[in-house]
Amino acid sequence: MTAKPAPLPSADPAILRRDQGRYRCEGHWTLDGGIETLEAQRQDLRWATGALQLDGSGIRAIDTTGALQLLNLIAALERDGRRVQLVGLRAEHQALLDLVRGRRAAAGEARPAPPAWNGLERLGRWYWRHLNHGVEFLAFIGEAAVALGRLALHPSRFRWRALFGNIETAGVHALPIIALLSFMIGVVIAYQGGEQLKFYGANIFIVELVALTLLRELAPLITAIIVAGRTGSSYTAQIGTMRITEEVDALRTIGIPPMDLLVLPKLLALIIALPLLTVFADIFSVFGGMIVARAFLEVSFTEFLDRFVQVVTLTSFLLGVGKAPVFAAIIALVGCYQGFQVRGGAESVGRHTTISVVQAIFLVIAANALFSVVLGGVGLWR
Amino acid sequence: MALATETKDIVIAVRGLRVQFGAEIILDHLDLEVRRGAVVALVGGSGSGKTTLLRAIIMLLRPTAGSIELFGEEIIGIGERAAFLLRRRFGMLFQQGALFGSLTVRENVAAPLREHTRLSARHIAEIADLKIALAGLPAGAGDKWPRELSGGMLKRAALARALALDPALLFLDEPTAGLDPVSAGAFDELVLQLKESLDLTVVMVTHDLDSLWRTTDRVAFLGEKQVVGYAPMPELVMAEHPLIRAYFEGPRARAAQEQACKAK
Repeated sequence: MTAKPAPLPSADPAILRRDQGRYRCEGHWTLDGGIETLEAQRQDLRWATGALQLDGSGIRAIDTTGALQLLNLIAALERDGRRVQLVGLRAEHQALLDLVRGRRAAAGEARPAPPAWNGLERLGRWYWRHLNHGVEFLAFIGEAAVALGRLALHPSRFRWRALFGNIETAGVHALPIIALLSFMIGVVIAYQGGEQLKFYGANIFIVELVALTLLRELAPLITAIIVAGRTGSSYTAQIGTMRITEEVDALRTIGIPPMDLLVLPKLLALIIALPLLTVFADIFSVFGGMIVARAFLEVSFTEFLDRFVQVVTLTSFLLGVGKAPVFAAIIALVGCYQGFQVRGGAESVGRHTTISVVQAIFLVIAANALFSVVLGGVGLWR
Repeated sequence: MALATETKDIVIAVRGLRVQFGAEIILDHLDLEVRRGAVVALVGGSGSGKTTLLRAIIMLLRPTAGSIELFGEEIIGIGERAAFLLRRRFGMLFQQGALFGSLTVRENVAAPLREHTRLSARHIAEIADLKIALAGLPAGAGDKWPRELSGGMLKRAALARALALDPALLFLDEPTAGLDPVSAGAFDELVLQLKESLDLTVVMVTHDLDSLWRTTDRVAFLGEKQVVGYAPMPELVMAEHPLIRAYFEGPRARAAQEQACKAK
């Protein structure tokens, strides 16, 4: 940012002067005329008590700001018990003064602002607001479920084009970034773990390390987080903007439930796409691990893959991929819900998009933790 | 000497203006002059380039060729500093208001003051409240958010922001579009009254025929990429140009004209 340029210089600023018992206003009573000094000028001047005359004939130019200052000056003098008579003002200046006075009177006095909330009240309101949001979100999930049920009864009314469009943007277009990031995660995990294994001469166990960590935990999680940032946010921004431009209301009046067109295709598209993306991430992250294993741990591709087949059970793979539809539902529902929460303008879209991504990632990680506990409890977690 | 005052009285001078987007020419060889203290309307069919012309004049859009002078200063190729100083001399009312949604009405009106003056926060708030009152909004409107305002109030709040710096020149893009007849009429009155007392020059884009009859001194009719007619309304409606005749011959135009004649 460049520095703020200086305001226009004023050659002839607003001045209050006492001249042989008369009080004179002179110069440019305008926004650039140094009107902020008038209050100090008033206090510096000795004012007669009782009735006095204020001569405005010396005012060269006046704008609404200057008129406001002149009215303030008179009001301040009259507050101290003087009677002020304004004389000599040019007709057009008088007209402006009258306009300002009239408009201010017409606007009336502002009601005093309600007292600020104290801490306890603020806490209460905060709690109440969040409780309401929680309840509303549950209601939204319920609505989506009902719409899904309705769809099961009338599958012909499903919007296939919207579904395939969403699979393409949320799934196919995400392939490169998922591939690159999961490959790098695979490299890092194998490299960090491999250093320790090499120390004990247990190089071949790199396969267990890479396969189990990535397939069960990291690949599904990383994929879900990328998709939450990429797709969840776009769902919120899209629906939010449609709310502002009244497109959502337009859908309702045409008889298309927004749930059917905007939410269900997105939800189902993500439930289909995210597990597939997770498999994709599995492949690339394990590939990253293989490269490191061959380069630094003397485990060849053949050795790696032989052992991979032995140690990785179908359960391990399915546990990882099986979490993906749940993550997908979380991301899509949070994204769409926050989109419908948008009110007002552009700023609200930005705020709800942020909330959408933060909440989706939070809930995905929380759900992942819940999976670990529950699956561990039933003994599936080895 | 007479010549000098004459040129000084011309606030906007557009000469040989050409605006094109890619291969599509929107305006070509366009000339227009606006005198100080006039209320000038730009009219013409949809896509005739009214808003484009307005955007070129307020430096939002760089013309392909030609010259535009604002207050006697050429704005094509103007420096950043000079443009900054020029911008504080005009106000613009956008069609949808374009109030910043993250600021209250008072903060919206205060924004140009904060950017262009070094007044204290107390002075700025006081001036902003005055502008809000000048625009005909009740006290207390300053604390509202733009999303809480009705269409008419939104236009008034946007007008208050356009007037924030006491501009000599005011641009209005469809000021009465989307307002009910009563609000539209009140808005016309407001603009006229402010123009009288604040010594404003007003340039507006409008389709509102009642506004055209009631508020304007001259009307520039845009068509065929140029100004094809530039005259006061009573003369303009008599013009022979086929585009102008088509525009003013509809039943709505006649009704507005009869209304205007009756009022006079």
